[in-house]
Amino acid sequence: MATEQSPRRTWSRPTAFYNHYVKWAVYVVITVFLLWSAWNMRISPARAVEGWDAAVGLVQGMVPPEFTTQFKNELLIEGLVESVAMSVVATIVGVILSIPVAFMAAENIAPRPVYWTGRGIITGSRALHELIIAIIAVKAVGIGALAGVIALSYKTIGFFAKLLAEEIEDIDAGQMEAVEATGASRIQTLLFGVVPQVMPRIVGLTIYRWDINIRHSTIVGIVGAGGIGATLLNAFDKYDYDFFLTIIIAIIAVVMLGELISTYVRGRIQ
Amino acid sequence: MTDYRTWERRTPRQRIGRYVLILLGIVAAAISWQLLQINYSYLGTAPVEFMDLINRMYPPNVGYTGEIITPLIETVHIAILGTALAVLLSVPVSLLGAENTTLNRYTFLLGKFIISASRSVNVIIWALVFVIVFGSGALAGTLAVAVRSIGFCSKLIAEAIEEIDPGQVEAITATGANPIEAAIYGIVPQIKPAFIGVATYRWDINVRASTIIGFVGAGGIGVELNTSINIFAWRQVLTILLAILGIVIVSEVVSAYLRRKVR
Amino acid sequence: MLSVTDLQKTYPSGDEALKGVSLDVTGNQTVAMIGPSGAGKSTFIRCVNRLTEPTGGSVELDGLDVTGLSGTELREARRDMGMIFQEYNLIERLTVMENVLSGRLGYVSTWDAFRRKFAGDDIARAYEVLERVGLEDHENNRADELSGGQRQRVGIARAVLQRPKILLVDEPTSSLDPETSRDVMDLLTEIADEDDIPVLINIHEVDLAEEYAERIVGLRDGRKVFEGDPEELDGTARGQIYRGEEIPEGAGPTGKVRAEAGVSGDSTAEEGNIRRT
Ligand SMILES: Nc1ncnc2c1ncn2[C@@H]1O[C@H](COP(=O)(O)OP(=O)(O)OP(=O)(O)O)[C@@H](O)[C@H]1O
Ligand SMILES: [Mg+2]
Repeated sequence: MATEQSPRRTWSRPTAFYNHYVKWAVYVVITVFLLWSAWNMRISPARAVEGWDAAVGLVQGMVPPEFTTQFKNELLIEGLVESVAMSVVATIVGVILSIPVAFMAAENIAPRPVYWTGRGIITGSRALHELIIAIIAVKAVGIGALAGVIALSYKTIGFFAKLLAEEIEDIDAGQMEAVEATGASRIQTLLFGVVPQVMPRIVGLTIYRWDINIRHSTIVGIVGAGGIGATLLNAFDKYDYDFFLTIIIAIIAVVMLGELISTYVRGRIQ
Repeated sequence: MTDYRTWERRTPRQRIGRYVLILLGIVAAAISWQLLQINYSYLGTAPVEFMDLINRMYPPNVGYTGEIITPLIETVHIAILGTALAVLLSVPVSLLGAENTTLNRYTFLLGKFIISASRSVNVIIWALVFVIVFGSGALAGTLAVAVRSIGFCSKLIAEAIEEIDPGQVEAITATGANPIEAAIYGIVPQIKPAFIGVATYRWDINVRASTIIGFVGAGGIGVELNTSINIFAWRQVLTILLAILGIVIVSEVVSAYLRRKVR
Repeated sequence: MLSVTDLQKTYPSGDEALKGVSLDVTGNQTVAMIGPSGAGKSTFIRCVNRLTEPTGGSVELDGLDVTGLSGTELREARRDMGMIFQEYNLIERLTVMENVLSGRLGYVSTWDAFRRKFAGDDIARAYEVLERVGLEDHENNRADELSGGQRQRVGIARAVLQRPKILLVDEPTSSLDPETSRDVMDLLTEIADEDDIPVLINIHEVDLAEEYAERIVGLRDGRKVFEGDPEELDGTARGQIYRGEEIPEGAGPTGKVRAEAGVSGDSTAEEGNIRRT
C-alpha cells in the first residue's frame, strides 16, 4: 500500500442524475420554482396577521357547533340522507356500466380496437375531477341529485373498470379455455369462464367504491349536484359558521361510518 | 375427505351470506332510488342535453387560450407548493405516527390524530375554511391542498417507517453515531423510495384537486372554469377542460419519470 | 482489554438470557463463544456495547465502566467497539463507500454526516481497508448489489474503520457458504493480528471455532459452562455445552475417550448447523 501513488483522499457519491453539475442545476431549478410559487401566493406579514384574526373569529363563530334548531337539523338529515342515497344509486349504476367496459379493457379478452376504446373510456373518466363532471352535469340536467348520480356514476367507471380489467387480465386462462372447449359462444365463455373467477373481486370493489362515493356525494352539492354539500355552501355563504361546523362534523361521521362498514364487509367476504 | 367437509360446511353459509348481501344491496338501492325522487323526464332528455352541450362546446375557443395561461400556472403553483408543504410537514408527523420512532404514547396519539383529522375532511371543504381565513386566492387553495395531503402522506410514510429493518439502524448506533445520524443513515435510505412514491402519487392527486378548488374561490383554473360555465361560454369551457387534461397528463408523465429515477 | 463481570440479562418477557457470565478478553486474542441456540451468545455481545441493556453485572473496556455510561459518553465508548452482524446490517441502499465511512460517524458532526463529508484521512483509509478486504473498485456499488461474502466484508471494513479497541462479532458466517466462511474467518484473525486488537466471535460451527480461536468459551442456558484452549474442547466438554451433560466422574483424556469424542464432536457440529437458522 505504501508503495502506491498517493492514496485518494476524496470521494463523492455517484448521483442519479448525469453528473454533479446537472444535479445542482436540478436543485436550483426546483428551489427557484418553489420560491416563485411562494412569491405568487402574495404572503405578507399583514396578511398573516389578518389571517390569524380571521381564524380566531372563525373558531369563535364555529364553536360550539349548532345542533339546536329543529329546522336546521331537518335540513342536515335531509342532506345527509340524499348524499348517502346518491352514493348507493351511483355505485350500482356505475358498476353496471363498468363491467362491460372492464371486459373491453382487458387485454387478454378484447380484440385490439375494442381494447383501446375501453382504455379510452377509462382514461376519460379518470382525467377530470368529480366536481368538474358534476358542474357540467348540473348544466345538462339541472340542479339536483340526478346530476350528482350522473357525476359519481361516471367517475365510478374509471376506477372500477380499471381495477376489474387488471383482475380479468390476471385470471386463469385454463378455466376459460375449458369452457370454450365445450363449444360455448364468446358471451357464454365470458359468463361461465371469466365471471365466476372475478365475482369476489367485483363485490369487494363495489363496496370499496361505495365508500369512496359516499365521500364524493357529500361535496358535489357545492356545485349544485345534490346532497349535503349544498347545505354546507349555504351555511358558508351566510356566515353561519356554527352550522358550518355542525355539517362538517356530520360529514366526517357519515364518511367514517361508511368506511367502517366497507372495511367490515370486505373483511367478511375474504 | 377434508375437501368434502369444508365444501359442505362453507357453501350453505356462503350462499346465505351472499343472498343476504344481494338482498341488502337491492333494498338499499330501491330505498335510495325512492328517496332521490329523480325526475325521469330529465333523465329522458339527458342524452339530448349532453349532445347539445357538446355541440355548443365544439370547437374549442382557441383565442381564449392566452387568457387561461396565468390561471393554469397558478394551478400548477398550488399543486407544487401544496404538495411540497405537505411532504415537508409529513416528516415530523409520520415520525410521531410510527410506532417505532414516536417518543411516547401521547406523541403517538397526537400523530394519529393529525393524520385522521387531515384525511377525513375533503380538500374542497378545507378550501372553504381557508377562504374564510385568508380570503379568496391561491394562498387559501395551497393551504387547503397541503393540509388535506399531510394526513395522506404521513399515514403512508409512517407505515414505511414501521416496516424498516431495525438492524441497519442498530448497526449505525453501534458505531457510536448519535440518534440523528442513525436516522439519516439508518432510516432515510430505507424509506426514500416510499417517500418519493408517496410524494409523486399525492402530486398526481393534487394537480386534479387544484383544478377545482377555484369553485369556492381558492385560486387556480377552477375560478375561470366556474365563470365560463356560469356565463354559458361553452367553447371556453372546452378550452379549459382540454388544458386541464394537458396538465394532468404532463404531471403524470413527470411523476412516473421521478418514480423510475428513484429505485 | 475487555473485562465482563457477572453479566446478567432478563428480558421483559421473563427470559433469563444471561445468569451471570464473567469473561476477560485481552491482547490480540481471538475468542470464540459457542453454545446451542438460545444460550445467550447474541445477548452477551449486545450487552457489551449496550445495544441490549444488561440487567446486572458490569462491562469494562480498558478500565472504563461501560455499564454506567449514557449519552455522549456511551457513544464515545461505542466508537471503540466494532460490531459485525450475522445479517451484515449494511445500509442496503447506500454505496459501499458510504457504508464503510459510516464507521466514522462517531467522529463527524451531524451536518457533515448528512452531507457525506468525511475527512481526507478517513477516505484514504477507507480505500485502504476496502483493498485489504478485497473490495477495491467496489466503492461505488450499492450494498444490495453485492454477494453475501462481499457484504460481510463491507461490514468488517465498516467496523475496522472505527479503529476499535475490540471487535464484537455475532455469527459472522451463519449466512455464508463454508468456503466464504473460511475467508471471512481468515480476515478476522488477520485483522486481530495486524491491528493488535482482540476479537470476540459468536459462532455455531465448532470446527471453525477450533481452527481459528485461541480460546473457546461455551455458553449454555445463560451460564458459562466451558472455557479453555481449543484442545481442551473434548467430547465431555461438548456434551456439557450442547446437551447439558454432567461431568462424568473420573473421565480422563484417554485415547478411547478421545476417539469417541471425535464421533460425538461431528454430531454436535451438525446439531449446531441445524439449529443456526
Ligand atoms: N428481544 C428479546 N426479547 C425477549 N427475549 C429474548 C430477546 N432476545 C433474545 N431473547 C431470549 O434470550 C435467550 C437468549 O437468546 P440469544 O439470542 O442471546 O441466544 P443465542 O445464543 O444468540 O442463540 P442463536 O444461536 O440462536 O443466535 C433466548 O431464550 C431468547 O428467546
Ligand atoms: Mg444469536
